Amino acid sequence: MGRYLLHRLWQSALTLVLASVVVFVGVRALPGDPAQAMAGEEADPATVEAIRAQLGLDRSLPEQYLRFAGQLLSGDLGTSVRTGTPVSDMIGATLPVTLQLAVYAMVIAILLGMSAGVLAAVFRGRWPEWAANGLSLVTLSVPTFWLGILAVLYLSVRLGWFPASGYVSPFEHPLRGLYYLTLPALILGLSHTAVVQRQTRASMVETLTADFVRTARAKGLGRAAVVFRYGLRNSLIVVTTIVGLQLGGLIAGAVVTERIFSLPGIGKLTLDSVFTRDYPVIQAVVLVVTTAYIVINLLVDLLYTVIDPRMRVSGRAR
Amino acid sequence: MTTAAETPVPALGRSRGRVLRRLARNRMALIGGALLVVVVAAGVFAPWLAPYPPTEVHFSTPFQRPLTVGFALGTDDLGRDLLSRVLHGTRVSLQVGLLSVLLAVVVGVPLGLLSGYWRWLDAVVSRLVDLMLAFPFLIVAVGLAAINGGGLGNAAIALGIAHVPTMVRVVRAETLRFKDSDFVLAAHAMDAGPWRVLGQHVLPNALSTIIVQATVIMPAAVLGEAVLSFLGLGIQPPDPSLGIMLSDAQQYLLRTPWPGVFPGVAIALICLGFNLFGDALRDALDPKSGS
Repeated sequence: MGRYLLHRLWQSALTLVLASVVVFVGVRALPGDPAQAMAGEEADPATVEAIRAQLGLDRSLPEQYLRFAGQLLSGDLGTSVRTGTPVSDMIGATLPVTLQLAVYAMVIAILLGMSAGVLAAVFRGRWPEWAANGLSLVTLSVPTFWLGILAVLYLSVRLGWFPASGYVSPFEHPLRGLYYLTLPALILGLSHTAVVQRQTRASMVETLTADFVRTARAKGLGRAAVVFRYGLRNSLIVVTTIVGLQLGGLIAGAVVTERIFSLPGIGKLTLDSVFTRDYPVIQAVVLVVTTAYIVINLLVDLLYTVIDPRMRVSGRAR
Repeated sequence: MTTAAETPVPALGRSRGRVLRRLARNRMALIGGALLVVVVAAGVFAPWLAPYPPTEVHFSTPFQRPLTVGFALGTDDLGRDLLSRVLHGTRVSLQVGLLSVLLAVVVGVPLGLLSGYWRWLDAVVSRLVDLMLAFPFLIVAVGLAAINGGGLGNAAIALGIAHVPTMVRVVRAETLRFKDSDFVLAAHAMDAGPWRVLGQHVLPNALSTIIVQATVIMPAAVLGEAVLSFLGLGIQPPDPSLGIMLSDAQQYLLRTPWPGVFPGVAIALICLGFNLFGDALRDALDPKSGS
């Protein structure tokens, strides 16, 4: 167990370092000169040179990387070329919005997916299974951003059930905040429902047909008890993994959702910085998202060992 | 329904007939296969089927309703024929999807085979895969678009790269499964080198898994292209793309919903076809499943 933890920590740290190298090199490969961009089109060469020296762009690449890594470790993510504000402030303002959206969407995906998966497993071969399978096929095939557009048009604009766009912090107005996030989270969550549902169904079917369950049933244990005491517990292990794997995708999917609903999240920040070629921001956003993804997956692996005792003995994830 | 028959599947050899029979008996496979035939035909023959060039504007007839004379699905804000644009958009979607699948196969399969066979290589490849998985596909695509600009090729590259890790993992797992099987041991005993073992014994056996994985990647890549183009990072206007059409339609959706409906339906049908057929294929190839 201890060795496994150390191994996973080391792996994650290595991946993080490699990711920072990739991001660093990738941003250097971008066309355009950041010093020129900061100075403006008509600046004289001396000013550009001064800014270049100030940014450290006149040194060798390894030197620049070490400087970059040092700044990262001290929490300095650079300054936006476009607005002149520290990037860490911009991320601090936008990341909470995206995290709220992603977590809310995941909760919706888990609730919908697990209920549909349990129904499909319990009523095998009958209409609830067909309905659940149909739902998963549709959510896998229909582009969710399209559903988002249609939802804004009909549910928000025509029927006025939900606000069409905008964001209210749930920390200031809890109910209003949740209400504003509901439609975006539902749309984002739907695209991840199918995976949760399929895995829940598979693990549930496995449990329900297992020998120990047949014995328990023969001894008089009720069907509901089997489903909730054994089935759900086993599916939880599977669903935990998926949550980890999907959360990265959720953050990426938030880019689209935020665009449709005009939410001031990190996705909007990413797109804005790409279209305005604001390299320090692009670099920081990519790093923050990948770091979040790596850390979440590490946490999920650790959570595994808590939920599934077998992991503690064998000390290795599948 | 003949798509599976035309795909060379050597490993399935004797069992190919069984797989086909299973597919033919599966209603979902038939629906999915029929959808695929229609969608692929629409994409392949788009230049001949489309009544107008996809970018031809008709300023005198914007916002025509569907079923107007001359415009079967109506027109958009510039009077461009929606049917022609949906057909050509489908073609582009399929092209991007196919290119992404090819890239994922060409890069992912060899890496998977090699890392499953040699343990020392496995450590390196696994780190690489972890690294690639750490970058969500949209982030990769956004980065590539920022470096190279949008376009069909870049969209396909971004989407292909995004699916390499899963392909590597699937093929690696298959290689590990077959590496210690009796027929591989027998091949080793007959002095077959690692390349021969991988190429002639492991790869053919892993082929069905690779094909199933390809049917998973294809709809994901089609959806991905739509998303990228919708965000302005994929296909660039005025080229037709289902994603761009949806993005354009968003502006005047209240005035006329149709330009925002048909491209979405087209994407959904393409993906539904691949998902249905892929699911059925997986069931048919799985010897453990019933019948």
